[in-house]
Amino acid sequence: MMARTLFPRDLFAELDRLQRDMQQRIDLTPSIRGLGRDGFPAINVGGTPQSVEIYAFAPGVDPASLDVQVEKGVLTIASERKPDTPQPDAKATPHIEERFAGRFRRVVSLPDDVDAAAIEARYRNGVLHISVPRQQAAQPRRIQIQSGDQP
Amino acid sequence: MNDTVAKQAEAAMIPPVDVFEDAAGITLYADLPGVPKDKLDLQLEADTLTIEGEVALDVPEGMDATHAEVSLPRYRRSFTLSRELDTGKVSAEFRDGVLKLRIPKAEHAQPRKIEIKVA
Repeated sequence: MMARTLFPRDLFAELDRLQRDMQQRIDLTPSIRGLGRDGFPAINVGGTPQSVEIYAFAPGVDPASLDVQVEKGVLTIASERKPDTPQPDAKATPHIEERFAGRFRRVVSLPDDVDAAAIEARYRNGVLHISVPRQQAAQPRRIQIQSGDQP
Repeated sequence: MNDTVAKQAEAAMIPPVDVFEDAAGITLYADLPGVPKDKLDLQLEADTLTIEGEVALDVPEGMDATHAEVSLPRYRRSFTLSRELDTGKVSAEFRDGVLKLRIPKAEHAQPRKIEIKVA
């Protein structure tokens, strides 16, 4: 795919541009809040004609402490994960510490056609599954015509 | 190729872990979100501990993925255990996608205070 360029350049510059173009397509949703890779919780988003499905992989979080909010078409998932460090009197030595601990917040932009009032969220096996239904398309309705006889 | 080998060849994610050691043994925590209890597999073979889990999500029919940070359906990670650990007494808990393993040290490997006699 050769793009029309304002200033035609050499072939290598064009290849370079193509490569960057491809890279950008591979990188998912460049966001102003960073790439969100290795973020906690990891998020998967999928869609069906009836709904938008969001899966947040947040193991070991107290479901009661999970805060899910929708404001102006942006869904926010926030909470805190307590560290599982042993009691200090156990005199334990950490060998590997890779798991996330602390406060977290992630946001997902929702499409315009969702019904924010009917969102459902479940926490199961460490995954928060949020189902956001799309608005029902206007149902076909028969309109009754009233007679114009006024008393 | 047998079934185990085929399973091993499948691509898997490496779950993050925390490992702590105290005088009586080792405690391991692993994050395996999305794995139901019956899809978690713990194996001890000689001195190798393997944690494997299959992700099962509640996905509606006909869903198209638009963004995926978790893109593989499996977790796998292996650890080599040292000889003083008592593999016969490993206990495991699995709750909300977090696995907690406790591997005690064999009795002969437990610390003992050595009394020093003064002549």
